[in-house]
Amino acid sequence: MITYLYAVGRDLSEIPDVGSGGVGGGALRLVGEAGLQAIVSDVEREAFEDLDEHREDLAWLATVARAHHGVVEAAGREHAIAPLALATVYLDDDRVRAVLREGHEAFTAVLDRITDRDEWGVKAFMRPSSASGSGSGPERPTSGAAYLRARRTALREGDAAVTEAERVADEIDAALADLAVAARRHAPQDRSLTGRSERMVLNGAYLVDRSAADDLRALVGRLAEDRRLDLELTGPWVPYSFAGGAT
Amino acid sequence: MTVQSRETSLFGDREVALVDLLDRLLAGGVVLTGDLTISLAGVDLVRVSLRALITSITPAEPTVPLAVPAERVESERVESERVESERVESGRVRDG
Repeated sequence: MITYLYAVGRDLSEIPDVGSGGVGGGALRLVGEAGLQAIVSDVEREAFEDLDEHREDLAWLATVARAHHGVVEAAGREHAIAPLALATVYLDDDRVRAVLREGHEAFTAVLDRITDRDEWGVKAFMRPSSASGSGSGPERPTSGAAYLRARRTALREGDAAVTEAERVADEIDAALADLAVAARRHAPQDRSLTGRSERMVLNGAYLVDRSAADDLRALVGRLAEDRRLDLELTGPWVPYSFAGGAT
Repeated sequence: MTVQSRETSLFGDREVALVDLLDRLLAGGVVLTGDLTISLAGVDLVRVSLRALITSITPAEPTVPLAVPAERVESERVESERVESERVESGRVRDG
């Protein structure tokens, strides 16, 4: 067995209550050192030894991600915690203690940054195009050449619409970033992942003071009112996107 | 107004979209060098989901919400040229 590390906090005294346990169903434990506590559980070494086999295995990723998130969420409800990147494992608890000692300053900095703050996600999608609808166009092309001309025009208009949508997305991102303590943009999700046919033009993450959560909701509502893009708000999240050292 | 809001933090939040979660878990969190050197950073979710789609004869987790919904793919029109190349990989043929 090896030790899977989920998150680090500095005021944890109880093991988070997760019915299903950690990754692989392992019982959760706290490992304390230097004023920090790590939430860990034992996992099978074999499952993590050759991750190259797993990194493109969606079922494996999904299972580990859900279990990881379940623990982080349960602990993060009551405490400021710094979540670890997915699948951070150590040979034993002593190694975890060493990491807490050596990383004390870095963990403290992350915890300072995220205490009393939540992450919110705002995604923006292009609206279904009404201008370049295919059914009731001006006139039906009468020849192959006319068809190709019409296609080219439609594509050019499509490109212009994307450029405009991306500009609006930048505005929305800037407005949200103003309200947030920190902001970060993830890569827009591909349509095959969102299940939506409209293109995603913003996949933003915003670290927001807990006291400003209502302001954020109101701002997102206002930004959505002009109906240029469809917005989707998710959260509050434990600040995964803002726990990295270099954010 | 057209804001869709999804609470992630409520108890029993199985509703969190896996793709949103993986965005955060693969590109976020404190990055430490573990004892077994593992890097999940830079995993291409599109490729992963395509692979899952192709190889999932008996999916281990049947409710993984990342698969491409076939009807959606069919209903795309505006950008058909770009979409075309994606479609080839899922083995579909368009009527034109």
